[in-house]
Amino acid sequence: MKSLDSKIPNGDLVSKWSQHKFNLNLVNPSNKKKYTVIVVGTGLAGASAAATMAELGYNVLAFSYHESPRRAHSIAAQGGINAAKNYQNDGDSVFRLFYDTIKGGDYRSREANVYRLAELSSNIIDQCAAQGVPFAREYGGHLANRSFGGAQVSRTFYARGQTGQQLLLGAYSALIRQMNLKTVKFFPRHEMLDLVTIDGHAKGIIARNLLTGDIQSYPANAVVLATGGYGNVFYLSTNAMASNVTASWRAHKKGALFANPCFTQIHPTCIPVSSNHQSKLTLMSESLRNDGRVWVPKKKNDLRDPNQISEEERDYYLERLYPSFGNLVPRDVASRRAKEMCDNGFGVGNTRLAVYLDFKDVIAKQGKNWVAEKYGNLFDMYHQITGESPYEKPMMIYPAVHYTMGGLWVDYNLMSNIPGLYVTGEANFSDHGANRLGASALMQGLADGYFILPYTIGDYLAKESSALNSTHEEYQNGVQFCNEQIKNMLSIKGNKTVDDLHKELGKIMWDYVGMSRNKSNLELALKQIPSIREDFWNNVNIPGTGKEFNPELEKAGRLADFIELGELMAKDALNREESCGGHFREEHQTDDNEAKRNDENYSFVAAWEYVKEKESIMHKEQLIFENVKLATRSYK
Amino acid sequence: MQLTLKIWRQSSAESTGFFEKYIVDNVTADMSFFEMLDMLNNDLIKQNKSPIVFDHDCREGICGTCGLVINGRAHGPLKGVTACQLHMRTFKNGETLTVEPWRAKSFKVIKDLAVDRQAFDKIMEAGGYISVKTGGAPDANAMPIFKENADEAFDSATCIGCGACVAACKNSSAMLFVGAKVNQYAQLPQGQVEHSKRVKNMVEAMDSAGFGNCTNTGACEAECPKEISISNIIKLNKEYLKFH
Repeated sequence: MKSLDSKIPNGDLVSKWSQHKFNLNLVNPSNKKKYTVIVVGTGLAGASAAATMAELGYNVLAFSYHESPRRAHSIAAQGGINAAKNYQNDGDSVFRLFYDTIKGGDYRSREANVYRLAELSSNIIDQCAAQGVPFAREYGGHLANRSFGGAQVSRTFYARGQTGQQLLLGAYSALIRQMNLKTVKFFPRHEMLDLVTIDGHAKGIIARNLLTGDIQSYPANAVVLATGGYGNVFYLSTNAMASNVTASWRAHKKGALFANPCFTQIHPTCIPVSSNHQSKLTLMSESLRNDGRVWVPKKKNDLRDPNQISEEERDYYLERLYPSFGNLVPRDVASRRAKEMCDNGFGVGNTRLAVYLDFKDVIAKQGKNWVAEKYGNLFDMYHQITGESPYEKPMMIYPAVHYTMGGLWVDYNLMSNIPGLYVTGEANFSDHGANRLGASALMQGLADGYFILPYTIGDYLAKESSALNSTHEEYQNGVQFCNEQIKNMLSIKGNKTVDDLHKELGKIMWDYVGMSRNKSNLELALKQIPSIREDFWNNVNIPGTGKEFNPELEKAGRLADFIELGELMAKDALNREESCGGHFREEHQTDDNEAKRNDENYSFVAAWEYVKEKESIMHKEQLIFENVKLATRSYK
Repeated sequence: MQLTLKIWRQSSAESTGFFEKYIVDNVTADMSFFEMLDMLNNDLIKQNKSPIVFDHDCREGICGTCGLVINGRAHGPLKGVTACQLHMRTFKNGETLTVEPWRAKSFKVIKDLAVDRQAFDKIMEAGGYISVKTGGAPDANAMPIFKENADEAFDSATCIGCGACVAACKNSSAMLFVGAKVNQYAQLPQGQVEHSKRVKNMVEAMDSAGFGNCTNTGACEAECPKEISISNIIKLNKEYLKFH
């Protein structure tokens, strides 16, 4: 077993980060331009990191499979971004945000990382406001806040229902400014296919130009992966169609450890699946739970129009079960309860796999205009997709895969176990434990990119020579390997499309490795996923060639990696004999069906090592809690 | 439902394109337009024919990646809706739909329905930002902003950069796109310092990318999926005249 050094600095929690910053090595300003840093992915975490490192003077190469950095899926985040500003004077503080995040993550994250995140949260808001991000404001001209799940203070900053878009456009503006200054070279429509390591250090990537199919190596002194999460392993998720695990997975196969892969977040408020043609699911922001009330009919299989069901006949189950947090319980709790209601026959809609989210009370109290100003675009989106207006009828919602807390293992410096390989944003595992609180993904992506990585990467580079040997055989080997893999895939010409196979994988993942897991189902998944892998490599049919714009070929490469990841997720879920946050093992629950943790045996990060053609090996990083007391999470 | 699709096929920027006819069966009302294309593509692959390439990603109407002209309308017939959010309940059984890419000199066709919109990034590079470095920003509440201004800045900032305004305009003008960005920053105190330079540089970049000018037909506003007002163009012109 490898020893995993998290490199958490000594000292008390409050001063760890400032002390650590002082202890980090610096690269002389005139030497920075000699170092090339590759950033893969240009969403919040990648664009902010690329822009900030370029400002510092590094030579930055940024890669995206999109045509423009502004297309990244960070753009779809709706509700908001948390920050411990305490502008509302309602008792918020850095420590409270830290505490809520640790508790929300069901005590499976690192104290030091989470405290630093809370500490930096305020800087993010300042930075974004200075960039011209149009946050919502009060009539007095100051910033407005709203509440989110898992917190009893209002600390969420927002830009209507499009906070992610506005923050991404802010980071994009910072990045594009550097592109104009020629400090960042941007490679649009380029997909990373492999990591190059030389003498154990990350020294560049192999990437494919998606328009021409040309595969090339790109040497660098360090590589940053900001490539997002892997929710699309389930086929149906709220992720964008192209979101994938390929960059992370190929780095994993080059030695980077994959941590807590089974920690996936199922978001409670999504538009339910309507048919098997569905290609993706759409989220309705958690902010709706501020004013919407979740209910099901008290009678099973009650098919009446919801407006015909009287107050007495409704079960506002979240308010009933959790009087202090009510509709604003964390996502994992809200999702599991919705599933439970539907499994017990109280579900609504054609499929019975939905619960109501009702705005009638708030519309009666505040008026339609007030609701429209706050949630208008979400209501319109719902109307557009379902054909029903939430102003007139309650929304129907059901949980869907939304975010992945697991990811590549990183230390306190956001560096993986491969020296020179950094991982930021959703792609790493670091800050959300077993469940992420709403409005914390934007916060983490930007904290990593603007305020953490630009410091910590210097510490590594300062000790490394800037010289790069671009003729090293590892670069040629990498290009050859990727070319061969593509050639192999294209030569199969079987009888199944990539989508057919992806749907098969997705069904196994959702049924057996989804919201609720048990030993026998996980074992079933471990039996069935390898046969999908075999089917893929024998029966996939990819049209066209490798030397043209070929989206089917891109999808196939991503699916090949999802299949392997799916197996590791099932293995990790089977290994974790406890329930915590988004990982719910049916064998481990309390009498009132809450998640039952096993702190004594599972208070660790499971970091998996890839071993070619053998079983993956698990390494443990023990989690040490010195500042919060481990307790049963209660939102009652 | 059964629909007839006439879809633009073009194998590369250099080649000549043409319309190809497809009959699609088993279309349901709750299917999205792109789910229908997915279904068609899945069938084409099974018949060893080349699937139709179209750009798309979030399918939530926010990333701006998608863009098709359906029956002559950018993003299809509905107001304020991107092509990815268009559902088949909008159409009738037996209808014929003509599907084309954005057509503009500055947006070259890459393949079939996908076009190259990097000209938009070039315009943004010329000034679509406030030059603030990371770190050292003052407290966000140190600079109160009138709610009306903040709201107007937001309305302009909702542009998703899809290019429908250009596709809809007979002059292939990008002035709604540029005007929205200029006006977003013009509403905010932090945008003032670079304001005059920004207007000049972005307009120059727009012209050199080959986009046309506005002749007030209002097609951009009518087709913008985020319903960005043409008043952004009026403001852009005003700001441009003020400084030049």
